[in-house]
Amino acid sequence: MVTAVLADYRGYDTMFETVVIFTAGIAIISILRRFTSADADSGSEKVYEKRPDLIVDTTCRLMIPIIQLFALYVIAHGHHSPGGGFQGGVIFGASFILIALSRDLQAANKWVPEQRVLNLAGVGILIYAGFGLASMFLGQNFLDYAILHKIMPASPIEARYHSMLGVEIGVAFTVTAIMYSIYSNLASKGTMKEGL
Amino acid sequence: MEFFEVISARFNYWVYVIIMMIGLYAMITKTNMVKKLIGMSVFQTAIILFYVSIGVKDGATIPILYHDQVHAGHHHDGHGEDAHHGPTESHGPSHGDNHETEEFGYPTRHAPDVVVDGDDFANPLVHVLMLTAIVVGVSTLGVGLAITQKIHREFGTIEENEIHDMIKSGK
Repeated sequence: MVTAVLADYRGYDTMFETVVIFTAGIAIISILRRFTSADADSGSEKVYEKRPDLIVDTTCRLMIPIIQLFALYVIAHGHHSPGGGFQGGVIFGASFILIALSRDLQAANKWVPEQRVLNLAGVGILIYAGFGLASMFLGQNFLDYAILHKIMPASPIEARYHSMLGVEIGVAFTVTAIMYSIYSNLASKGTMKEGL
Repeated sequence: MEFFEVISARFNYWVYVIIMMIGLYAMITKTNMVKKLIGMSVFQTAIILFYVSIGVKDGATIPILYHDQVHAGHHHDGHGEDAHHGPTESHGPSHGDNHETEEFGYPTRHAPDVVVDGDDFANPLVHVLMLTAIVVGVSTLGVGLAITQKIHREFGTIEENEIHDMIKSGK
């Protein structure tokens, strides 16, 4: 219900909230990133081999798929039970942070390199805005999802219901990406080379 | 005695004011920038606590309708009869959708046959507002920590008075 209020009649609020965290992610990257090559070299000197601990590594191997599955459950059930895009996105982002903590930042960056993070964050907002614009082009107000039943095989109420799910998926994309981006940039002092 | 009644009548207000002042104190007096940011987080948490506490209703549950409650009009089982117990006010959470879609002239498939008593459910609106506040809080905290790291890289310290001295003496 909370997510239903969030995605439906506070739709603008939620959309620009997503834009806020997107902007925060971009701001953190631009504040911390060193652009001159001399600065970047100074951070890369102390590369050390960290052997992953057997117990930590095995536990995280078991835990991370379950965490990600649970995150997807939370995202998918947001509009009619407790959960939602923000909550599920944070759980999903936490699973990548767990990879980075249990092994090292490079291992996590193999799954979510920075380019992919930024693409995901942008795609999330575009999904949200796309639902709004689609309902606008079909002749209703921005983010008035009920009109989407014209292009969906569903009744107006069901179209609203499914659009909320779509919007939540967009939110989850952005939140996942930006949560990991905030962690990886802060933990590596903007170099993305080695974490904590 | 009167004094205690004033306090206990609005107990949640007092708790939130105290937590908020702890945060404000940390933001003003601490010179360490990370401690300032912790103070900011405490401040935000106090406001979240306040809003969530005013959304609480005595004996209310989470604002979610069960499936048999929603389709009570179609198949009359035990729970369905419960939903129709008398002419209660229908400004419940799930009722707005039907009215709104009728106003825009869409055909509604489900008749608005579910009667919801607003007193049975906690108010979801404050939770929605606080979800926004939490997300904005995480964003500001992240940006604040990034700026602190940048300052540490430039000055070698995150103590505010030391940075002031450095700026005054021209590094």
